[in-house]
Amino acid sequence: MKLLYFAWVRERVGKAEEQVDPPPGVATVAELMEWLAMRDERHAYAFENAKIIRAAIDRHHVRADAAIAGAGEIAFFPPMTGG
Amino acid sequence: MFGAMTTTIRLQREAFDTAAEVAAMTLGRTNIGAVVTFTGLCRADENGAPIAALTLEHYAGMAEAEIARHVDEAERRWPLLGVTVVHRYGRIEPGDVIVLVATASSHRDAAFAAASFLMDYLKTRAPFWKQVETAAGTEWVDAKRADDVAAERWSAPPAQRKAAK
Repeated sequence: MKLLYFAWVRERVGKAEEQVDPPPGVATVAELMEWLAMRDERHAYAFENAKIIRAAIDRHHVRADAAIAGAGEIAFFPPMTGG
Repeated sequence: MFGAMTTTIRLQREAFDTAAEVAAMTLGRTNIGAVVTFTGLCRADENGAPIAALTLEHYAGMAEAEIARHVDEAERRWPLLGVTVVHRYGRIEPGDVIVLVATASSHRDAAFAAASFLMDYLKTRAPFWKQVETAAGTEWVDAKRADDVAAERWSAPPAQRKAAK
């Protein structure tokens, strides 16, 4: 699946997007963040406080307990500050 | 629903003329009795410290879709005749316009309420992030709890909404 990162999450990970293939046990957005945090230091830093990070699946906001099965594009970002 | 509504949603890097946007919305239409506009400008300070500029990052594709979903919701709640939302991204200097929300209706109540609703949701749900440039470097702007509270009032049941006034 394709992952997108924005704002300081993007800066901490060090890239705007990447392709990942999480194992079958990773079923929710929260579990995906836990799995990403174990990949390397940059991801660990980006997801060290996963509770404040927001997510969207296929361009719709989702909660941390949302299932990721079938997702085409998952985005992670800080709380929004537009307007 | 409430008759023909014209919707304009645009994200752009370039500056724009807010008066021209409103004129385009009302041109040749005689059923509109009220237009409310909100214009958000870049201030020269953030948390009391001077800033040189701010840069808005956005999630292209989702930002348009998310704004459109909230415009649809506003149309379900109020008898609107037109909605225009223009939001800039990229580098913006103090004094420049960041965002315009304009709502049109037969009467003012719906236009005021819908403009307020749309701005509250733009602040908390539209995927934009502000970064400020200061003498010390760049810094991401923290989301404000007050903005969440402002958006939450629209999700309360109508009875509670009334009581909250």
